[in-house]
Amino acid sequence: MIAVVKPGLLCTVQDAGRPGFRAFGMPVAGAMDRLALAAANLLAGNEPGAAAVELTLAGGAWRFEAPALAAVAGADLSATLDGSPLPAWSSFLAPAGSTLAFGAARAGVRAYLAVRGGVAVPPVLGSRSTYTRAAVGGLEGRALRAGDRLPVGRPAARPPPPLALGPGETPPCGGGARLRVLLGPQEDRFTEEGIATFLGTAWKVTPQNDRMGYRLDGPPVRLRGGADVLTDPILPGAVQVTGSGLPIAMMVDCHTAGGYAKIATIAGPDLRLLAQARAGDEVRFAACRQAEAVAALRAERAWLDGLARRVARAAGGRAGLRRAR
Amino acid sequence: MIRLLPQGEGGITVELGTAVDPAVNARVHALAGAVTRRLGAPVLEVVPSYASLLVIFDPLAIPRARLVRRLAALAREVAGTAAGPPRRVVRVPVCYGGELGPDLEEVARRAGVPPAEVVALHAAPVYRVYLLGFTPGFPYLGGLDPRLACPRLDSPRLRTPAGSVAIAGPQAGIYPVESPGGWRVLGRTPLRLFDPAPGASRPFLLAAGDGLRFVPVEREAFDETARAVAAGAWRPEVER
Repeated sequence: MIAVVKPGLLCTVQDAGRPGFRAFGMPVAGAMDRLALAAANLLAGNEPGAAAVELTLAGGAWRFEAPALAAVAGADLSATLDGSPLPAWSSFLAPAGSTLAFGAARAGVRAYLAVRGGVAVPPVLGSRSTYTRAAVGGLEGRALRAGDRLPVGRPAARPPPPLALGPGETPPCGGGARLRVLLGPQEDRFTEEGIATFLGTAWKVTPQNDRMGYRLDGPPVRLRGGADVLTDPILPGAVQVTGSGLPIAMMVDCHTAGGYAKIATIAGPDLRLLAQARAGDEVRFAACRQAEAVAALRAERAWLDGLARRVARAAGGRAGLRRAR
Repeated sequence: MIRLLPQGEGGITVELGTAVDPAVNARVHALAGAVTRRLGAPVLEVVPSYASLLVIFDPLAIPRARLVRRLAALAREVAGTAAGPPRRVVRVPVCYGGELGPDLEEVARRAGVPPAEVVALHAAPVYRVYLLGFTPGFPYLGGLDPRLACPRLDSPRLRTPAGSVAIAGPQAGIYPVESPGGWRVLGRTPLRLFDPAPGASRPFLLAAGDGLRFVPVEREAFDETARAVAAGAWRPEVER
């Protein structure tokens, strides 16, 4: 069990999401930064999509009731284990009774706390992800509170030793970002000038940002006619433009359908960059083609495969060492 | 006109129309079925709406251009699908007015008819579930009597209880979970449209493409059904 000593700002159990039920209006939810979730899990000796805790800006404090191999990845929230600093993308052995605490958010917004065996809350529709708006998944469908205790699952694989990614090895996380987008599905609802504004502006992230969507501020994007379309399906990454001309980027908790014109869709691998941006940060959109987005997806998979191999090698080596003794 | 529009590297919106129309919606559902049956693994999920189908796929498993060609061919195949009767009609009991239907009187005033007539008009049609969205299991229903059409509340309620049966403009719907809402609430159903209990085998009462009929019930019957639902002893009443 992991006990929540201090809950932080918004800590929820998340995994790789709950696909398969969008036709019933069920948002996919899951980790906002899927790459950081996968990295934390691999470092902790789990499958990349296992359930972990998503921390938001203020990471709170956690006590390990039993010894555990755990990992953090994603935003740098100044993690310490019993007072000793931990690198932002690393795994560590937490002794029974030890306290993992977080301090200032130095870079990025969302960090993932993974523990070997995964967070073992009961799955709902195939996923442990928390979707708070319908009180689904996670721990009672809600954000974690002080006094909560999280069950930890039985580990499958051989434990890797603690590892830390060097500063040059970690994916970018936090601050301004250039987000690749594929124009459409409704770019024909915008004037040429409107599309130029969309692609040419340094958009400011507003405080109206959460797991459902990020409202951006800048000059209005001109539409042809109105912003309303007949309600149709939307995916995380879709950028809707409301009647005010301002964009809203849909995030993982977004509704399954929406009624505003969608000018573009953020390429899958770049959505995490927006999830790690905070109010005041500036983001730009850059049009890309299918081939470029698919190449980015391949590069992301390759990075994770590389990390998985490194962890497996380390685990094998360690076991070999133990046998030799 | 059929349009195939990109939604990110792993999505294609197949737009079969741009209006709320039972025939177009029937084609959307026919296409959803055909895609699921015939395209297999590279397609991860299909999401129907009023007039469009979103096809979510793995772009590392199939090139977009090839999937677009196959989708276009399937879209042409379903072009002749007519809006037949729904495959099933789910009967949904509703206790109208009073504390369970706080907007019934106001809707009656706006429509210029007595509240009992609003109930009769609301319970008369077989509605069509065009899509589920907003919250898990929320049905967007077509078929509301135009005499009942009225605008949303000027300021949305912070809490609309689960089971609230409501209308807005030409639309009718039911709130599956407590949520903020600007629709006008005529009554409440004791049924659970969405039951997220871990391991629940039927988490959603309705599916897009279903028919739905509202059945007025008194408070006593409402309470009785609510108890049966809570005890897990309730089975949906379906007309086929």
